[in-house]
Amino acid sequence: MSSVVVYNLVKTYAGGDRRATDGVSLEVADGEFLVLVGPSGCGKTTLLRMVAGLETPDSGTVSIGGRDVTYLPPRQRGLSMVFQSYAIFPHMKVRQNIGFGLTMRKVPRDEFDRRVKRAAELLHLEEYLDRYPAQLSGGQRQRVAVARAIVVDAAVLLMDEPLSNLDALLRLQFRAELKRIVGQLGTTTLYVTHDQAEAMSLGDRVAVMRDGRVAQLGAPLAVYDRPADRFVGGFLGSPPMNFLTARVGGGALAVGDASLQAPDHLSTWEGRDVVVGVRAENIQVATEPAAGWVPARIEVVEPTGAALLLTVRLADEQLKVQAPATFPAAPDARVHLRAEPAALRFYDPESGLALDA
Amino acid sequence: MRRRRWQRAAVQAACVAITLFMGVPLYLIALAALSSRASLNRFPLPLLPTEPSTETMSTFLRSTGVTGGFLNSLTVGLGTVVLALLVGVPAGYAVARYAFRGRDTYQLFLLLTRALPIVVLSVPLARIFLDAGLYDTTYAVMLLHTALALPTTVLITAAIFVGVSHEQEEAAMIFGASPVQAFLRVVAPQALPGIAAAAMFAFMLSWNEVLGATVLTLNQRTLPAQVLTTLADSPLAYRFAGGLALVLPALVFIAVMRRYLLNMWGTTLR
Repeated sequence: MSSVVVYNLVKTYAGGDRRATDGVSLEVADGEFLVLVGPSGCGKTTLLRMVAGLETPDSGTVSIGGRDVTYLPPRQRGLSMVFQSYAIFPHMKVRQNIGFGLTMRKVPRDEFDRRVKRAAELLHLEEYLDRYPAQLSGGQRQRVAVARAIVVDAAVLLMDEPLSNLDALLRLQFRAELKRIVGQLGTTTLYVTHDQAEAMSLGDRVAVMRDGRVAQLGAPLAVYDRPADRFVGGFLGSPPMNFLTARVGGGALAVGDASLQAPDHLSTWEGRDVVVGVRAENIQVATEPAAGWVPARIEVVEPTGAALLLTVRLADEQLKVQAPATFPAAPDARVHLRAEPAALRFYDPESGLALDA
Repeated sequence: MRRRRWQRAAVQAACVAITLFMGVPLYLIALAALSSRASLNRFPLPLLPTEPSTETMSTFLRSTGVTGGFLNSLTVGLGTVVLALLVGVPAGYAVARYAFRGRDTYQLFLLLTRALPIVVLSVPLARIFLDAGLYDTTYAVMLLHTALALPTTVLITAAIFVGVSHEQEEAAMIFGASPVQAFLRVVAPQALPGIAAAAMFAFMLSWNEVLGATVLTLNQRTLPAQVLTTLADSPLAYRFAGGLALVLPALVFIAVMRRYLLNMWGTTLR
């Protein structure tokens, strides 16, 4: 019932010479968790703020649950929001903070208490209800902000980088908790982050944004596995996708002296360069040469605990390769690499767009 | 460790020195105003209230124009506070929140009103007030003082409003508040210390301002104007009594507003 539909939203900030969002259209289905991810300045926060009603678009429409809300003030849109800076009210106790939305809706006293209590329980804040926010830690303040957002039972929940002010460990913990809570509530959620790991782990679908446009929209694994362009492949994943230039010739791909088998659909690129994209974990590595394996030289070895992250040089290209933690690697050692043909992605060197199989 | 102790001692000493610097004159004035006339001329001057007497004070309070002046000063002071806040708080909010054309110029222009000496301003002002039929009324002085107090009011409140994050207002609006409700429930309570400070400045300015008040009134003198005009040909005791009468209300006003001020600087003395 409460899908969010954004159609052709254009917004240019006063004094800005380029569009913050440039004709963005997308749909968040009822109950779906959609993550907007992208580098800073890509327009994701602007888009969220237009959905919230905190900014007015130059053109385009926003509808929530089938109702056009483009020009309605935030309070008439039936949504709630978690802000990056938490934006909890320092002069009110936690109880009043969580219940602010209920106070504004003139909810009766007993119902107020019941709903605030439930939200506080959900976020483990029962003991802190009579404290002022200044007496809470950053993580607790963030919980207050989330509790305030869910207590109103709004149909749509907006989150603007809610985890970015937490330290790394807390962020990881709270991420899982947030996913559990939102999953329980089943609220339609639009979530903004610049952290690709957050986007991958939280979203039912992920919209990768760049320069005010949606570069790719899809399920996290699909977007991760088949980036629609070089930008998406380079943005999602840690380490980012490797890109190397290869020349197509006689059914083979030449990278420096090495040669790989070229898939059939590259036949139209005969004699021209293409960009090959491959994820670090899709490259196999061995110490001994074998047929079909390509030699390379290790430059840097970075143990990550679960695996080894190798930076290797193949011809003129630098690649990130994920090797098993037990792999005997040393700088300047020779190794041999191989990738399943199915794990290779191909991109147009000019436009950066994926070449369809 | 030893160095830190020295530093602390130095800070303490500085605090004592500043307190004495402010306190001793106040004490001496109060002493002189509350002692008998005879003891003022004694040498050496007794530094303890050996002969307390209300004689000097009561003479001063009974002298012509003092009660009226006191009431006028109070009227003008409170009126200035109300007017300055009424105009200055919305202006401060606008300066803090909105990027509008000419904002920087506006802020500079605000300060310019203080660049002109009151002496220069007061003659044309007297002329205007004469024409408007406001001359020799407390309103005239109130208007002048409001104009003088406005720059500080606007700048102080603007600084305070900048301190309340805009996201808090946005959050309030998301959760069902209209813009006015968001201001009243979220911004205003947090801005209270700053507004109190601005009120304090406005009141003090009005209470202490002499020149404009002297030029703009004849019979409706404020207390400082009254004291100033009669000072030259009054006995020493009268001057001390006048001094105390001028200082006391200001001290009371500060004492009342202090709570909010300390609040603003992060001390919790509730």
